Amino acid sequence: MLIFNLNKKHNHSTFELDVTFELNKGDFLSIYGQSGAGKTTILRLIAGLDEVTNGCLKNNDTTWFDSSKGINLKPQQRSIGFVFQDNTLFPNMSVIENLEFALKKGQSKTIIHELISSFGIKDLINRNITSLSGGQQQKVALARAIVQKPAILLLDEPLSAVDDTNRHMLQNLLLKIHNQYELTTILVSHNVPEIFKLSNKVLKIKAGKIEKLGTPKEIFSSNTISNQITLIGIVLDFEEKNNVYTIVIQSNTNIIKQIVSKTDFKHYKIGELIAISLSNFQTSIQKVKTT
Amino acid sequence: MFLYFYTKVTNSNMINWSPILLSIKLAIATVTILLLISIPLAFWLSSKKSKLKSIIEAVISLPLVLPPTVLGFYLLITFSPNSSVGSFFNTYLGINLAFSFTGLVIGSVIYSLPFMLQPILTGFNSLPKSLSEASYLLGKSKRVTLLKVLLPNIKQSVITGTVLAFAHTIGEFGVVLMIGGNIPQQTKVVSIAIYDEVESLNYTNAHIYSGILLATTFTILLLVYLRKNANSNLL
Repeated sequence: MLIFNLNKKHNHSTFELDVTFELNKGDFLSIYGQSGAGKTTILRLIAGLDEVTNGCLKNNDTTWFDSSKGINLKPQQRSIGFVFQDNTLFPNMSVIENLEFALKKGQSKTIIHELISSFGIKDLINRNITSLSGGQQQKVALARAIVQKPAILLLDEPLSAVDDTNRHMLQNLLLKIHNQYELTTILVSHNVPEIFKLSNKVLKIKAGKIEKLGTPKEIFSSNTISNQITLIGIVLDFEEKNNVYTIVIQSNTNIIKQIVSKTDFKHYKIGELIAISLSNFQTSIQKVKTT
Repeated sequence: MFLYFYTKVTNSNMINWSPILLSIKLAIATVTILLLISIPLAFWLSSKKSKLKSIIEAVISLPLVLPPTVLGFYLLITFSPNSSVGSFFNTYLGINLAFSFTGLVIGSVIYSLPFMLQPILTGFNSLPKSLSEASYLLGKSKRVTLLKVLLPNIKQSVITGTVLAFAHTIGEFGVVLMIGGNIPQQTKVVSIAIYDEVESLNYTNAHIYSGILLATTFTILLLVYLRKNANSNLL
């Protein structure tokens, strides 16, 4: 079990970050919140890249940080895999060299061959980093982050800069790898469909404080539309023909056309996140509260 | 011009090569020491946010704006056997810093430090912080991160710094004259030899020394820019 009790006082920030949560082995937690809410800061504090002001961080019996006991392990001493939003592969090394660089002293290279096979990057291993596409780079970055089989994998919006096709492929890969290596993962993401697809827990934060902690369904679906078939998507377009009103929605990689009433038709805007639920052949639509 | 210079060199029997060799020896020694100092110093400066950093940067950059004679004068005072530094070197290490080659090397290191440090510091600052953080998170120490991740990615900056420091040391005059004087085989470097030849109205030898200096520094700079442009075309 991983225990996180993090308090960070910023000198130049309007709020103080203060979050406490626990994770079990195999959990996939997504951190969701507005820009500037402190999502990336949480990852950096866990990794030891920024210093916690007060609190403690424990990985089973190992204490990574404890302000009361003066314990503060360096990032090198914590067992952490980290994938940054921007590409942090080493440009002076090829793909295989990047992966081998991540090996611990004395660690067998077997894991590298396993990862190359799991990630389907055999054709890339001798390529220069700069010659890879964004999706390929994030694939390699993900593989490199789990070479040491870390106690926790931290992902700071790693898929935000890749196109939809690659995003979908990487989400599937991430899920497969998470299960295959029994990882405990924390993902920072703005993408609700992605959170639904990948995580079993969601931590919703606002101005550095926990607003809600629960399953994706508990966090994003209101009580009035529970126990029904529900999907969440973004409004892409509106169509009207012979007094039939249709809203075009993107949910994951699917495009769905939903016939709605004239009132609903006028109520929503392009880009809004909505939940469509179906119960007893009755469709209802609600805005998803994202703040 | 090349033909003129070639004729002068081949017709001259009086050319003394020792100032040229001494300048090259001084430049090699200075650049070697500067590399050992500048890389860790620039790495430290690029990763720290202390107030001390500004003071250190200002002190290191002083030779860029100070007249060489001012720096040379203070170094001469410091190296003198009557000062605590000069006396320490003289008594405990048996080295006389003033008017010696060792003194010249120390003076050149101080004088050329900003020329080596600035390009390397700019190189480190141009790299994203997350590059070194990614290496630390893979369990690598600061030393391994510096040698295997950061330095290979600022190779061009290190080469630029090395060449600038080398060329600057070869051409320095004021500091060398103040702390080294004009002792043949020991402190008489090529820039002082040129001054000597002009003073003696021996323009032929002055031409030869100047021509060699000009050709050497131009060739080095040309090679650096050719390499730099070749690299930027590859990107």
